[in-house]
Amino acid sequence: MIMEHKEIFDHLTALFPETGLEFDEDVPCIVVPPAAIRDVSLQVRDDEMLQFDFLMCLSGVDNADGTLGVVYHLHSVPLGHKLTLKVIVPADNPHLQSVERVWRTADWHEREAYDLVGMVFDGHRDLRRILNPYDWEGHPLRKDYEVPEFYNGMKVPY
Amino acid sequence: MGLLDKQFDDGNIVLTSVEGVLNWARLCSLWQMSFGLACCAIEMMAASASHNDIMRFGVLPRPSPRQCDVMIVAGTVTLKMATRVKRLYEQMAEPRYVVSMGSCSNCGGPYWEHGYHVLKGVDRVVPVDVYVPGCPPRPEALLEGWMRLQEKVRDFSLVKKNNGTA
Amino acid sequence: MSETLEALQEDIAAGRLQTDELVLNMGPQHPSTHGVLRLELVLDGEAVVKVIPHLGYLHRCFEKHAEAMTYPQVIPYTDRMDYLAAMNNNHGYALAVERLMGIEVPERVEYIRIIMAELQRIASHLVAIGTFGMDIGAFTPFLYCFRDREYILDIFERTCGARLLYNYMWVGGLSHDVHDGFEKDVAEFIRKFRPTIKEVNDLLNYNKIFIERTANVGVLPPDVAISYGCSGPMLRGSGVDFDLRRDDPYSIYDRFDWEVCVGKGDAGTVGDCWDRHMVRVWEMEQSCNIIEQALESFPEGDITEAIPKRIRPPKGEIYTRVENPRGELGYYVISDGSQNPFRVKARGPSFVNLSVIDEISRGHLIADIVAILGSVDIVLGEVDR
Repeated sequence: MIMEHKEIFDHLTALFPETGLEFDEDVPCIVVPPAAIRDVSLQVRDDEMLQFDFLMCLSGVDNADGTLGVVYHLHSVPLGHKLTLKVIVPADNPHLQSVERVWRTADWHEREAYDLVGMVFDGHRDLRRILNPYDWEGHPLRKDYEVPEFYNGMKVPY
Repeated sequence: MGLLDKQFDDGNIVLTSVEGVLNWARLCSLWQMSFGLACCAIEMMAASASHNDIMRFGVLPRPSPRQCDVMIVAGTVTLKMATRVKRLYEQMAEPRYVVSMGSCSNCGGPYWEHGYHVLKGVDRVVPVDVYVPGCPPRPEALLEGWMRLQEKVRDFSLVKKNNGTA
Repeated sequence: MSETLEALQEDIAAGRLQTDELVLNMGPQHPSTHGVLRLELVLDGEAVVKVIPHLGYLHRCFEKHAEAMTYPQVIPYTDRMDYLAAMNNNHGYALAVERLMGIEVPERVEYIRIIMAELQRIASHLVAIGTFGMDIGAFTPFLYCFRDREYILDIFERTCGARLLYNYMWVGGLSHDVHDGFEKDVAEFIRKFRPTIKEVNDLLNYNKIFIERTANVGVLPPDVAISYGCSGPMLRGSGVDFDLRRDDPYSIYDRFDWEVCVGKGDAGTVGDCWDRHMVRVWEMEQSCNIIEQALESFPEGDITEAIPKRIRPPKGEIYTRVENPRGELGYYVISDGSQNPFRVKARGPSFVNLSVIDEISRGHLIADIVAILGSVDIVLGEVDR
């Protein structure tokens, strides 16, 4: 049975009453606190009515207002409905739980988010850079990133 | 000056210069290192396919740098890859040539402005002999670049100080 | 120290022989890695214990460029991500921005987009099949596939001027209308192309050597595939009946009638390399069917009437996905109301499909790694973006 975002939100709030889930109507998506994302993910994957077994995309975003965000787009292959979850963390302490063991897709996606935007996923078994070289400094997709002048003797700007 | 300076009546004797024969042999059998990086690699493969056959120029794609004369850098060179390009170039035996194929390896291409990880032109790490422009260049453009390289090889001299085109 | 072969084999079986693991580097420059991919293989003799992929050798900062360019200027950069399926990349991005702005494109534009996307799918699968055969050791199918691909590239060149990277599908329409004689050209191509599929079948797909090298190699169970997020022929080769064009339809795919090709394990196990390869071969034929149906009801119209003068989507975000030849290509576009996107994240199918390679290569030989990598069909431009 295909459920809408509001119905899923009501279903989850009933199961996690203390966690502080919020519903953003404009997007629409469910905003989850950073410390609860792992439990919520396990629930949405294993719940009979939800069955979100396919993580379509995990994106890191620099919100340009002092916070970083992680957006999870989920899809259910047997039931066919979709869900968007968001987690917002402050830029000076960007820690949140990793969902790498819930969906194996998240392994590389979280490494990419760490590499490009800079949030740290606690509990990830192998969090290191994936696209940039291993000795790169800085997180390029942040809005205040400055391109380095030289890298290993090669001039970087044009 | 043609290859054969003088031909005697007895067809088995021809008079030419050592450099002429050596360079002629070299330019007709330039073996290429298959070093396709990005989209230009597909056009390089299309140049080796039957429609635009680069093998009629004597070109053989060899996987190892030790066995080839020309390295066609086809595609974007990133900073991570640049050290490897340099290492492969050093492994080639002389005389060796580099053809830079496509805008990305000529000068950074469409990524020149905001590419923090893109090397703006492969000539920052290895010396380039021929630049083939295009994004991606047609296989015919690569063949034209190849013929220019052949001109360069034809003018190469072991003895003269000014080796062909500067 | 054992003196005879039997004694040595007994020692190995009993675990009395001390062996070490060897780390072998299949470097960024390698004829069979389909681009600049570095695989670190940990080997026990010839058998692979672990595969550690190292990416990033083609990281061209697409997402940083997308934030600096205007919405239409991003389209050529999307071409260059998966350079073998440029039309489909454009399609996904154009759809995402159109949905953000609420634009409806004319019927003619939809039909042309579908025909171009399916032709591009055939071209991309031809490269995949040809290079897979070449990796296994068969050179001739590569030449046949590239010969047919040249016909498709001729059609593209006559329409929009480019052979490989087109910048064709714009937000709200197309850059050029199709040339005169487009329908005749496409029908002629389909007529010439159907016998090629049979040729490739005879030469390659049912060849005993090919089957022995690809059957039962790299078996991907369906639940592992879904957990790793695989999509496209990788998922369908494992027996999961899921195709975005039918199950989450976009554009006008719901008007056409075609079969979703699923691997059945005819040569070995369900989900092996042969299954994934055959899914691609069957999909080419289904694409021909879709193109023929589209040509029958090809409407007239003006392709530029829905292209907006200024592209400034309202504040919002959207995730759109299309069926690339390699799988599900997703674009997550966040707009802040200005003419530059705030964030564009491209979810490349090859990036996700490649992550499963460690799991499916355990216990195989080095030569099988080449076969597995060929059947995953990656394009490094999409893996690294």
